[in-house]
Amino acid sequence: MSTTLAADRSGVLRHWARVTGRAIADQPLGCVGLLVILAMVVASIAAAHIAPYDPLDVDFGSMLAPPSGTHWLGTDTFGRDILSRLIYGTRTALTIGFLSSFLGCTVGAIIGISSAYAGGRTDLIIQRIVEIFLAFPIIVLALVVVTMLGRSRVWGIDLNLILAIAIPIAPKVARVMRTAALTIRELPYVDAARALGFGAPRIVLCHLCPNVMAPYLILLSAYIAQAILLEASLSFLGLGVTEPEPSWGLMLAGDAAQFYREAPWMILFPGLAISLAVFAFNLFGDSLRDWLDPKFRT
Amino acid sequence: MKRGGMLRFILHRLALAIPTLFGVAVLIFLMLRVIPGDIVEIKLRADGGQVTQAMIEQERHRLGLDRPLPVQFASWLEGFVTGDLGTSMWTDRPVIVEIRERLELTVEVAILAAVIATVIAIPLGSLAALFAGSVLDYTIRLVTLGGLAAPAFWVGMLIILGLLTLFHWMPPMTFVPIYRDPIGNLSQLIFPALAIGYRFAAVVTRMTRSAVLEVMREDYIRTARAKGVYERLVITRHTLPNALLPTITVIGLEFAFLIGGLVVTEEVFNLNGIGRLFVQAVSRNDFILIQTLVMIIAAVFVLTNIVVDIICAALDPRLRAGR
Amino acid sequence: MSAAVSLAVPQDDRPDPAEALLRIEDLRVEFSTHRGIVRAVDGVSYDVRPGEIVAVVGESGCGKSVTALSVMRLLPAHAARITGGRIMFRGQDLAHLPAGAMRALRGRDIAMIFQEPMTSLNPVLSVAVQIMEPLTIHLGLSPDAARARAAELLGLVGLSDPERRLEQYPHELSGGMRQRVMIAIALSCDPKLIIADEPTTALDVTIQAQILELMKDLSQRLGIALVVITHNLGIVARYADRINVMYAGRVIEHGDSTAIFHGPRHPYTLGLLQSVPRLDRPRVARLATIPGMPPDLRNPPVGCRFAPRCALRAPVCDTAPSLRPIGMPGQATACHRAEELAPPPRFEPGDIQPATAREMPPTSPLVSVRGLDKSFRISIGQSGVLRAVADIGFDIPRGQTLGLVGESGCGKTTVGRMLVHLTEPSDGEIRFDGADTTHLARRDNVAFRRRAQIVCQDPYSSLNPRSTLGATLAEPLRVHRLVRGRRARRERVAALLDMVGLPRVMAERYPHQLSGGQRQRIGIARALAMQPSFIVCDEAVSALDVSIQGQIINLLEDLQRDLGLTYLFIAHDLAVVRHISHRIAVMYLGRMMEIGAAEAILSEPLHPYTRALLDAAPVPDPTIERARRQRSLQGELPSPLAPPSGCVFRTRCPLASVECAATVPVPREIRPGHFAACIKL
Repeated sequence: MSTTLAADRSGVLRHWARVTGRAIADQPLGCVGLLVILAMVVASIAAAHIAPYDPLDVDFGSMLAPPSGTHWLGTDTFGRDILSRLIYGTRTALTIGFLSSFLGCTVGAIIGISSAYAGGRTDLIIQRIVEIFLAFPIIVLALVVVTMLGRSRVWGIDLNLILAIAIPIAPKVARVMRTAALTIRELPYVDAARALGFGAPRIVLCHLCPNVMAPYLILLSAYIAQAILLEASLSFLGLGVTEPEPSWGLMLAGDAAQFYREAPWMILFPGLAISLAVFAFNLFGDSLRDWLDPKFRT
Repeated sequence: MKRGGMLRFILHRLALAIPTLFGVAVLIFLMLRVIPGDIVEIKLRADGGQVTQAMIEQERHRLGLDRPLPVQFASWLEGFVTGDLGTSMWTDRPVIVEIRERLELTVEVAILAAVIATVIAIPLGSLAALFAGSVLDYTIRLVTLGGLAAPAFWVGMLIILGLLTLFHWMPPMTFVPIYRDPIGNLSQLIFPALAIGYRFAAVVTRMTRSAVLEVMREDYIRTARAKGVYERLVITRHTLPNALLPTITVIGLEFAFLIGGLVVTEEVFNLNGIGRLFVQAVSRNDFILIQTLVMIIAAVFVLTNIVVDIICAALDPRLRAGR
Repeated sequence: MSAAVSLAVPQDDRPDPAEALLRIEDLRVEFSTHRGIVRAVDGVSYDVRPGEIVAVVGESGCGKSVTALSVMRLLPAHAARITGGRIMFRGQDLAHLPAGAMRALRGRDIAMIFQEPMTSLNPVLSVAVQIMEPLTIHLGLSPDAARARAAELLGLVGLSDPERRLEQYPHELSGGMRQRVMIAIALSCDPKLIIADEPTTALDVTIQAQILELMKDLSQRLGIALVVITHNLGIVARYADRINVMYAGRVIEHGDSTAIFHGPRHPYTLGLLQSVPRLDRPRVARLATIPGMPPDLRNPPVGCRFAPRCALRAPVCDTAPSLRPIGMPGQATACHRAEELAPPPRFEPGDIQPATAREMPPTSPLVSVRGLDKSFRISIGQSGVLRAVADIGFDIPRGQTLGLVGESGCGKTTVGRMLVHLTEPSDGEIRFDGADTTHLARRDNVAFRRRAQIVCQDPYSSLNPRSTLGATLAEPLRVHRLVRGRRARRERVAALLDMVGLPRVMAERYPHQLSGGQRQRIGIARALAMQPSFIVCDEAVSALDVSIQGQIINLLEDLQRDLGLTYLFIAHDLAVVRHISHRIAVMYLGRMMEIGAAEAILSEPLHPYTRALLDAAPVPDPTIERARRQRSLQGELPSPLAPPSGCVFRTRCPLASVECAATVPVPREIRPGHFAACIKL
């Protein structure tokens, strides 16, 4: 009995090793992106242990210090260690990025899929409403929502900021998911499901949804990248995360702009961090699409 | 017969845009009325000094905020025609004046960015597709990835950093219209245009590349080759016009991103444009100004999409026919 | 300079008929896929003489198209390579010709026509531009001269109003018209050879006949050699002079048309001929099919590639056979045991055969339809009402099959969908076992589904790609609580797989791992899971290869006999419909043209449209085909959005007169049990 269990376990392990191996061979870039993402997740969870300094620690003795042995990436105008702020900034970026993207994509997907399956007048009305929302550039809509909601922190998270980013994302996702759902709805196997007498809820849940999972996941990863960019932009403008919270966008604002020549490291590293994060999610999302699509298009 | 079909299409598209614009107006108007707290009160308190209920009422009346909502909405819409779009709560100057001063600059940067980016991106994307898998292709794809990842405002900052360290030179601060001093004008505006144009160029390059690759797989390209058409003609006459269709659509959509990028990047370059005005209005909760600015931005976007649709219809006879 | 370039071949330029125009010698082509190297063409040789029509026949994957694309050097450069052999054309080896010289040859000396007219023309360029291109490139004509010649060519291929057509875009033309434009393009520079790859497969039967007749006529008049690639044996019989039969990347038999059809010398050819239902012969009780499937060309079998499926297999077949002469002059076969092949029985047209016509004991109708109507409102682009089905009525007796036949747009699929309530009728009455089921209440839904099911055409997309086949089959059992308990359901799934002739291990597989025929069997199994008494087969075999088609047809018949099923069999292939049906109904543009017993419809077609369908369908017998009067139906299919007034067929009917536009003819009983809707009868 125990031998079969052990054999089972090693069989499962071998199976997963094979799948991973094939994933790496097929989509090397995507795996690189995934690795970077995982590194960022680890950094944000273990920030307290990895960061050499407290990000809020002010040290007027070593203001605007260039990168050195003590401060690997230099310090800012308050003498705060940039590397530590970057690491803690990862937490902000990932939290806000993931939460707003998840919220926006899920709500958008539900709207899009329901609209597609409802059809007729309902579909048309929802479509027009979505179109109206799509007439705004994302950041413009986000800024309007920021105006509307003001600022509030709940359980340490900028809830209104998350909403401000999620709301512009939802209509974009709704439109794509609606198209995906429509294509699948026309496919003969949905017809076959109806011919077999399955009710609408069952068809939507068990047949439609799993097959729109692929575009949903792709959109999710793409919009995490967008959300991170958006959060950085809003914080840069002073309308997102505020001092003294560490945020990459915030680190680029205010004083950094005064001291171009004196302390270019204040500009370089936060920007690189943003770019790297967005880059990783884009790579991952692209690979995800390549990987899921061929099987999706049987 | 062809001419008539095109005209009808244009009118049809314009007609479709009107309900959308109206919907946008309604939406933005309502959204800004949901603001918690009394804006007037907040502003007056921020100005300092004693704030009494009478002062608040007086200010509200002065700004026309005590009228019923539908009346405010109607007079606002009317203002687009008459030119009276209310008074800014923050600067106390007419909205139309604030906007007029800044619109030209923003529009010029946006157009400059879009044009430069498109002129570079389409040939680049086509080359990448035609030499798919080569070193050139990978280089182009790598460079475009940078454009997608780097925030536009940071690219702007890098440009300034580069100019300062390498050339010890900053772009001029004051805006001169292009017809009065083209060199001065361009030397100020080319850099923000490049900053926001980078992402735009990256997206268009990628789209062109994938569109060309997909079109090259189509049956009618095989037919063209079977007719013995020169490879060069297969690309220019058969492939590109078909590949341009989705590309132009993407250009229209990405234009929104361009405008969004401009909103943030004007801050970096200290440009006195619509984008910066918008940010300032938001941070001061000046929603009279905000609602008009957003309306203008949305209208620009809708107009761009109409132009894109018209160009697509000019290229693709199937769209003209209305099938 | 005169724009009218003479189209007749001058006397002294006519090449020597014995000298081959095109000679393919031992061609080998490889494809590199991410699953391995596929040797798609493995030693193919055939030749084409000037002015003759050569057919290359075979099923999907046999390499016939790849060979043709190799001649034109149009294979995808990064994926395919010519790894061996020569392609001799007028003294030059095309396989090794430099790209520039090859380009100059394409479209001028050799032209090609492709299968899909809907996608083979550039959608953003006008017809004029696309026809004028080869003229300006190869012949250097000025734009005016080229345009005049283009108009001439359009007239030559039978398009009315050439000047107007020149200004149109491909999406404004029907499939048949687009194919004519393709032919015009092919003819433009007076080629010596035209290769046509399945030129009519995507077209309706009557249009198919028009196009093929046009091609044959042009070939004879202008002395152009034609290579026709097809899987349709009837077309081959009607039009080809010589035939090459291909299987798994090789030519396994070639010869004159008559020789091949009357005396095939390869088991595969014989099997193909026997597995096709034929209109010129009495109905056989059961189609003789070829068991198994074509080999995977990544690892083809060593030796004869057909051996695994061959009844005559012997140890000698482990060595690869090469083509050797046998039988009639010019005939050759690649089979070691060809001498032992029993020739097919010869039929004289007057032979009286034992009656294998379907007996039809009178039974009460299971399905009864009266006045069925379906209209769709069209909102994209042109708005209007599409009356897809108008006033259709028929009965289907219990345990029998009604065949529903017609061309695209006739509404037969809509009728099938209405019978299983995938679409709601706009008007009319449907009775099921006496009870009125026209509009289904929700609580009756499941009960109805247990009596009526549908098998669709497309096996590829009718299965959920993310469920195993076992799960797909078990789902209705579970959801409707027909079988309780997982083990009981597994047993039932296994039983269903047995019923459709699939191994039980299939339950673990996913749809993308199956072939087309296997997926269709699963589709049938799923319909059977509900234990229905009535099944609509909507083009259930149309997408399958000939040899697989026969297997599925036999399966459907066996099931009907064993389970007492009633079928509505929808198809466009008259031969298949006649084989499987007891009664046949013919539809055109939403209306019923004729309905009657299958044999009666075949032996005495009353309605002119039915007669046109029968004329258009070629039978796999060249002697009969040569003797037939070619008489294809003229004109195009009217748009279903604007059907002609009165009799919808009158615009193409040879018997049409003024009265036909006045009233809509109703099907009348002309012979006992045989109805037709025509005022001329």
